[in-house]
Amino acid sequence: MNGMVFTQASYLAASVLFILGLRSLTRPDSARRGMQMAALGMLLAIVGTLAKHEIVDYKFIVAGLAIGSLLGYPLGLFVPMTAMPQRIAISHMFGALAATVVGVAEFYTLGNGAAVSRATMTALGFEVMFGALTITGSFMAFGKLQGLVSGVPFTFAGQNAINFVLLGATAGLYFWLIYQPHTPVAFYLVCAFGLLSGVSMVLPIGGADMPVVISLLNSYAGLASAATGFAIGNEVLIIAGSLDGASGFILSVVMSKAMNRSFSNVLFGAFGKFEGTEAKSAAGLTVKSVPAEDAAIQLAYARNVIVVPGYGMAVAQAQHAVRDLADLIEKNGGEVRYAIHPVAGRMPGHMNVLLAEANVPYDKLKEMEEINHEFEKADVALVVGANDVVNPAARADRSSPIYGMPILNVDRAKSVIVLKRSMNPGFAGIENELFYNDKTAMLFGDAKSSLERLVAEVKANAS
Amino acid sequence: MMTHATSFIELYVFLLAGVVGFQVITRVPALLHTPLMSATNAISAISLVGSLVAAGSDRNAVASWLGFVAVTAATINVVGGFLITDRMLKMFRRAEPKRERDS
Repeated sequence: MNGMVFTQASYLAASVLFILGLRSLTRPDSARRGMQMAALGMLLAIVGTLAKHEIVDYKFIVAGLAIGSLLGYPLGLFVPMTAMPQRIAISHMFGALAATVVGVAEFYTLGNGAAVSRATMTALGFEVMFGALTITGSFMAFGKLQGLVSGVPFTFAGQNAINFVLLGATAGLYFWLIYQPHTPVAFYLVCAFGLLSGVSMVLPIGGADMPVVISLLNSYAGLASAATGFAIGNEVLIIAGSLDGASGFILSVVMSKAMNRSFSNVLFGAFGKFEGTEAKSAAGLTVKSVPAEDAAIQLAYARNVIVVPGYGMAVAQAQHAVRDLADLIEKNGGEVRYAIHPVAGRMPGHMNVLLAEANVPYDKLKEMEEINHEFEKADVALVVGANDVVNPAARADRSSPIYGMPILNVDRAKSVIVLKRSMNPGFAGIENELFYNDKTAMLFGDAKSSLERLVAEVKANAS
Repeated sequence: MMTHATSFIELYVFLLAGVVGFQVITRVPALLHTPLMSATNAISAISLVGSLVAAGSDRNAVASWLGFVAVTAATINVVGGFLITDRMLKMFRRAEPKRERDS
């Protein structure tokens, strides 16, 4: 009896510490401390669980804890910040895997469903369905981000029909299971169909849509955990899963707003490739390509510079070079700020983490609404590997697939320098008028080496 | 095993936690969205407590082995998730009044 009180008390403490930990994330100064408290809560809950009298056999537990720690430690400490999107994607897979196999173990143990009530089956079915979907979905997202699978959207004729049938069949089996829990075939088919759905959901997704997908999978992983809590009657699981689900849901909404997609569009996974729209042709327009020396002179005398980072900065690992250039401009008496579009990069907050890694103070990282009216006053807007999020077509061109998407008003700056690898269009496959604008200077090449050349040239100018 | 009364109490818990989560998380700035993601991921690895019970109750071999898989996967997220969140949060700092390059 005392053991049970201790376990429950540890769960209660963990729940409170989790909520306080998340609350601390509203301010960067308090965040670290708060999350350390949350980790303490986790430790308490684990100790509280190990004291449970049901636990009689420790060999599987010790082996799992040991192997998990051995794998988790390098995933926590040695993964580079540039690999963060795939790191987050794979962690959703692990979370979902844990929830799903616990669900399967529970079903199997209870006489393959014979001793499962309908209420429990509702939770168990939900758990394995969303869990299985998240396992393969996250793994596919990981593969695309890591470059194991082609990042190009994969579509084929009848894809929507197949997805629809798959979804319908899974839902049908799920409802059958609630009606008749002792149907092992249906249960394991739900698992299998869930795994298939995860693959078919992420296959048609291109790189630019990854922030939405990762957020959505975050939410699904949370809901699967919460369902585990319902199935085994554990409140702290329900609370943590619910928090995770809410967080992923909110991020999905923020991301889909930033891409001007409707939320139902996101919920049903119907994103991916733009179809049937004609991209504006660039024929007859010319771009102004400049050598690094000219761009450097512009930057050396600029008072007010706004840097606009995009996925290209992450690919080239150019965040440190950006910071070096910014230091020089500031030494010359200029001011440098950073304009961060919500969907720049491959996951929510991607650019902020990279720039923070390069020691850029966070008060210089500005959100879109905060800085968009400041572009008119900027001497130079320096675009580092961003494309669709600075495309003026989103504001003006009704026929453009990205029309209506909120963008950074880079074209309103007094002058624009764009660092870009080549003239290939961005992930959405659309031409960008900004590059043909009279005040835009294009500096072609790898973002990192371009920045390093700029740094050298600005230094030469200053002396 | 769940009765109808307890399953309703659990629904209350779920909904209230969702409301609290919604209130708290909408106030997290976009600046910290990546750490938020890794933090919630680490927190939801609390499913480890369910995995521990599955792995250690000695009910049958299947449950023990599946429990072992679950404990491993959840532990990866607990250890890796909190470490990487801390590593990220450590990087976010304000501008010092008079800055010197520290590297």
